[in-house]
Amino acid sequence: MPFINYAHRELTCKLVYYGPGLGGKTTNLQWIYEKSAPDAKGKMVSLATETDRTLFFDLLPLSLGQIRGFKIRFQLYTVPGQIFYDASRRLIVKGADAVAFVADSQKARFDANIESLRNLEENLRQNGIDLATIPYVLQLNKRDLPTALPREHLEKALRFRNEPVFEAVAVQGIGVFETLKSLVKQTLARLRAGVPVG
Amino acid sequence: MSASDLVLHEEEHRRISGLAERLLRDANARFVSLIDRNGQPITSAGSLPDVDRTALASLAAGNVAATEGLARMIGEQTFSSLYHEGESDHIYLSSIGAIGILMVAFDERSSLGLVRLRVRQVSPEMEKVFDDMLSKSRTGTAEPGGPGSPFAEITDEDIDNLFSDGF
Repeated sequence: MPFINYAHRELTCKLVYYGPGLGGKTTNLQWIYEKSAPDAKGKMVSLATETDRTLFFDLLPLSLGQIRGFKIRFQLYTVPGQIFYDASRRLIVKGADAVAFVADSQKARFDANIESLRNLEENLRQNGIDLATIPYVLQLNKRDLPTALPREHLEKALRFRNEPVFEAVAVQGIGVFETLKSLVKQTLARLRAGVPVG
Repeated sequence: MSASDLVLHEEEHRRISGLAERLLRDANARFVSLIDRNGQPITSAGSLPDVDRTALASLAAGNVAATEGLARMIGEQTFSSLYHEGESDHIYLSSIGAIGILMVAFDERSSLGLVRLRVRQVSPEMEKVFDDMLSKSRTGTAEPGGPGSPFAEITDEDIDNLFSDGF
């Protein structure tokens, strides 16, 4: 849920990057961190294993300027993608205001995408959030790989609510900011309309 | 604003900041922070130089959430407090009602017993402020003198302008 602080004139929203393991969620945040102006970003926190797999979450706080005298802040979280970290994922989506699903376009990861999307729906539901209505973006990552499935094939399997779709190569920054902008726009539009997330 | 937003108005901010300052003083602590369970920092007192407060709040909330998961696994609803002991600095975390977390960082100038006592004393008052915050958030009570939500009239241009700087 958005946190509105009248005393400090601040709005803070929580954006979550979800998807299968090694799909590029952390890479999205790293690119945003590297390319953001120094005064726009906070400290990036990564709770990772020795092999750089996300253990609990990554967090990147971002400030995007002001609207109507309110500082607009976003907290970008990733979840650990590996199947056995489900309890952690459920904790992290609690209070989410928007979700980006980072799909791995490779043929070998097709089933992992499907399973992760189902898992997202279930974990949101357990936190009282409906995947059908929360601000949401589908990112098809790793489009540069020769093993990537056609976009149409992935959309048919993963797109379910006419959500915005962005093709991405997160390691090169392609599609990363487009995904973020879409999440931010949808979140603020929803706040404007006064629609609850849950 | 919607019924699920968490809204902190001036009055509650003043009350809760006053309580945090009092706790900082009474517990002889280095730093006190009020956080919501989603990891949003709400207010703080004292200082921890060079520490990112957003990251601190997020880790504290993650810590409490993970520990609650552990509690449920052994049949407890929750563990109401957590203590992390370092060589010279320590952190005490305590739940405040359903949505709040109180974090107290202290060193050798205080003690776990004193911190625990002072937290127990101030907790009911902090819980009352959180209850009032939630109550106002749910009823959508507007800021005194304000026209309601400041975000009701934002334009697409306002949103686009957010991306003109810093990216």
